Amino acid sequence: MDRIQSDYVLEMVGIKKEFAGVKALEDVNLRVKWGEVHALVGENGAGKSTLMKILSGMYPAGEYEGRIFIRGAEQSFRSLKDSEKTGMAIIFQELTLVKQMTVSENIFLGNEIARRGIVDWNNTYELTKRALREVRLELNPSTKVKNLGIGQQQLVEIAKAISKNAEILILDEPTAALTETESANLLQIVLELKKKGVTCIYISHKLSEVLQIADTITVLRDGRTIATESAENMSENKIISLMVGRELTQRFPRREHVPGPVILKVKDLTVHDPDVPDKVALRGISFEARQGEILGVAGLMGAGRTELATSIFGTYGRGISGEIFLDGKKLKPGTPREAIKSGLGYVSEDRKNNGLVLMMDIKNNVMLASYESVTKLKVINQNEVIRHSNHFVSSLRIKTPTLEQRVQNLSGGNQQKVVLSKWLMTNPKVLIMDEPTRGIDVGAKYEIYHIMNDLVKQRVSIIMISSELPEILGMSDRIIVMHEGRIVAEMAASEATQEKIMSYATGGMKRG
Amino acid sequence: MDKRKETGVQRETGRNTAGDPFVTAVLQSLRTNMREYTMVVLLVGIWLVFTYLTSGMFIEPRNLSNLFLQSVSVAVLAVGMVLVIVAGHIDLSVGSLVGLMGAIAGYLQVNMNMGTVPVIIITLAAGILVGIWQGYWIAYRGVSAFIVTLAGMMVFRGLVIRVTGGATISPMNHSFKEIGQGYLPKLISTSPINDSSALLGLAVIGLYVFWQIRLRKNRVKYGFEVPDRKLFGLRLAVTSLVIAFVFGIMTDYMGIPYAVLILMALTVLFNFVAEKTVFGRHIYAIGGNKEAARFSGINIRRTTMLLFIIMGALTAVSGIIFTARLNAAGASAGNLFELDAIAAAIIGGASTMGGEGSVYGAIIGALVMASIDNGLSLMNADASLQYAAKGLILLFAVWVDIASRKRAA
Repeated sequence: MDRIQSDYVLEMVGIKKEFAGVKALEDVNLRVKWGEVHALVGENGAGKSTLMKILSGMYPAGEYEGRIFIRGAEQSFRSLKDSEKTGMAIIFQELTLVKQMTVSENIFLGNEIARRGIVDWNNTYELTKRALREVRLELNPSTKVKNLGIGQQQLVEIAKAISKNAEILILDEPTAALTETESANLLQIVLELKKKGVTCIYISHKLSEVLQIADTITVLRDGRTIATESAENMSENKIISLMVGRELTQRFPRREHVPGPVILKVKDLTVHDPDVPDKVALRGISFEARQGEILGVAGLMGAGRTELATSIFGTYGRGISGEIFLDGKKLKPGTPREAIKSGLGYVSEDRKNNGLVLMMDIKNNVMLASYESVTKLKVINQNEVIRHSNHFVSSLRIKTPTLEQRVQNLSGGNQQKVVLSKWLMTNPKVLIMDEPTRGIDVGAKYEIYHIMNDLVKQRVSIIMISSELPEILGMSDRIIVMHEGRIVAEMAASEATQEKIMSYATGGMKRG
Repeated sequence: MDKRKETGVQRETGRNTAGDPFVTAVLQSLRTNMREYTMVVLLVGIWLVFTYLTSGMFIEPRNLSNLFLQSVSVAVLAVGMVLVIVAGHIDLSVGSLVGLMGAIAGYLQVNMNMGTVPVIIITLAAGILVGIWQGYWIAYRGVSAFIVTLAGMMVFRGLVIRVTGGATISPMNHSFKEIGQGYLPKLISTSPINDSSALLGLAVIGLYVFWQIRLRKNRVKYGFEVPDRKLFGLRLAVTSLVIAFVFGIMTDYMGIPYAVLILMALTVLFNFVAEKTVFGRHIYAIGGNKEAARFSGINIRRTTMLLFIIMGALTAVSGIIFTARLNAAGASAGNLFELDAIAAAIIGGASTMGGEGSVYGAIIGALVMASIDNGLSLMNADASLQYAAKGLILLFAVWVDIASRKRAA
């Protein structure tokens, strides 16, 4: 094995990765020095998570191109277990603790301290306490994880990594779900671990945090490494321009819209997280949407955009206060049926789980929210079903051999068009589109934009949530920016720039 | 249509026998409905095996007619069970409920001297009431159907023992007995076969053909593509033959039993409900993806409630028929029927994960179960063998399903 004498504890060179013909990573280089905190930043979809999945062996060697070196030795990981053996530990955005089990059980899951298969609980508790002390968590090791807050769970994950003697710790958006105090605490712990010689790769959208703790910053954009610089030479503005610095090409069929009267009015909406009762998901949201316009909603992951959409639609939240008016009629919270009847549609960001019944065919998915419109005496008129479905298949150009095709066999773009058909079938006055072009190819994206323009022409009000700034800028008439459950800015599209939106979205510029 | 052309081309280049478009269309139609045909093939296979093993006794009209009659109680349950399973639930209480419904009917008629019509009405009402009770806990209180109906299974069995006092209640009135034992009477008493059953069979075929032609005409009126004339004709002919076969067997023996007639009506009705009504489509959507159903504004609670009410009513029908056939209500009546009904639905193509299944499939499944019982008892086989055979067939059927699905994917 060729050992390279190097300054780097970890090197990823020339990494390339494709998903079914779509390039996720084109040419990524990441070099991490011994004992530093190395931040990895980039827009949603820039390729950070994909890169980390390659590094940790979740995408095994052979599924990507490029080389990985740990402490100078080339690696080809086949699984997470392989990468852990080299002293690497990765903590994903979605926590991977078993909620019904205790803290100790979780920390030693898969590494149980046992003799001949019998767990040595005394020793386990002792070691758990030691690991918890490292992350300054005062907890009884036999507490069940489900009784902990998200912040504490995050720290348990870190304690778990420490207990495995991890020397390289990868944190993917660790503070996305945390409160400010919890975040500050976590950053402090990362710095303490650094003093003990742990190298840390830190992925975050929150640029202030990044600048606070990182020694080196690598910026990814569109699956490429754009820059790796010492943090001293970086500023928030510089990072933002590196993150978004791409040309706005003619990818958007921009058309002039003539906004009409207000159709949707949200007044002082405050919503609590249904899973974590004390957590406020949305705070004091007020905005209006007009007929015949596209209102863009920008913000980073965890800013509360989907929560806002689903709260209005009635499928999210508890402890809801504030008022929502659709076409002058007050909407009751928690009743999607009423919302749909009043003329609201919601194209979910998660079409496979919330939008489609994958095992059903196209026509039944198209009719899912509006069977009543084609029935006589409760009996469905199949010919009407076929007629409507045919109409959408041809007008939205859904590529399929028959209407009886199960939607699970369609491509992402065609699936999205089926979801759109479902909502168009309900004749919505307001259509909320949550990441309408996520995971679909460029051609289908363009077609979706055209459909949106047509709807606006028919006086539909579209609220478009998107993580792609070019899409927000290219399609919206007005833009609101969210940060930590609040609306922090509202602007006309003509006044907006990527840099401006990004600085609001990262909490850089405070309102007023 | 493009696809058909493609396969035709492939056939030619593959130096196979030249692709007759008609044959290709038939093959494709077979391929798309493979799941249903697999189970029909399984049923026919079981019949052939038993015919061989019993030296032809199995296939005699007398035996097949009895087999149909024996299958009715479980088949009626399977009609409801398949919908419950499609919705992503399960109902373990139906066996005990068949017992309870029979006990109620028996008690009312034998101990209280009630006439047959009021007994039927009260028993049906009791079934609906039980459906409301279980549906309430499942739909509005969020207790899983498994738990609610497991509790029901115990509670209702207890009630059966209470009502019957552990003894057998009999005999039922003649008119009540007829529901489970009677045959459609002849129109002309001297005719050599059961003429009314034969006429009914012809009428059903006639209605079926008329209905299909009407549907086709409607499609054409809408400007839709319809299957090619020959294929359509073939489908009509095959289905008509199957109907003629079933009616023929029973006509040849003693005519159509009333119970089988009720089952046929329920099958057609609930297949219609499942395929052509909003309620039915919502059941499939809820079982297929509950979240997507919720995000589409479907009233999940009300649909679930209604589903269990229907299931309750069907257990009453099943209980009445079972009691009528035995001419008695007993403490152990309906024991383990829930397992037969669940197995029937699953053999007929219902997915344990919900979202998939068909009423016709469930009937085929029920016939498979009844055929095994019937065939093995003709052979004087031990009861233990019947259980083992049914269990293995269930396992085999589900494995065939999984394997064929993997190949398709």
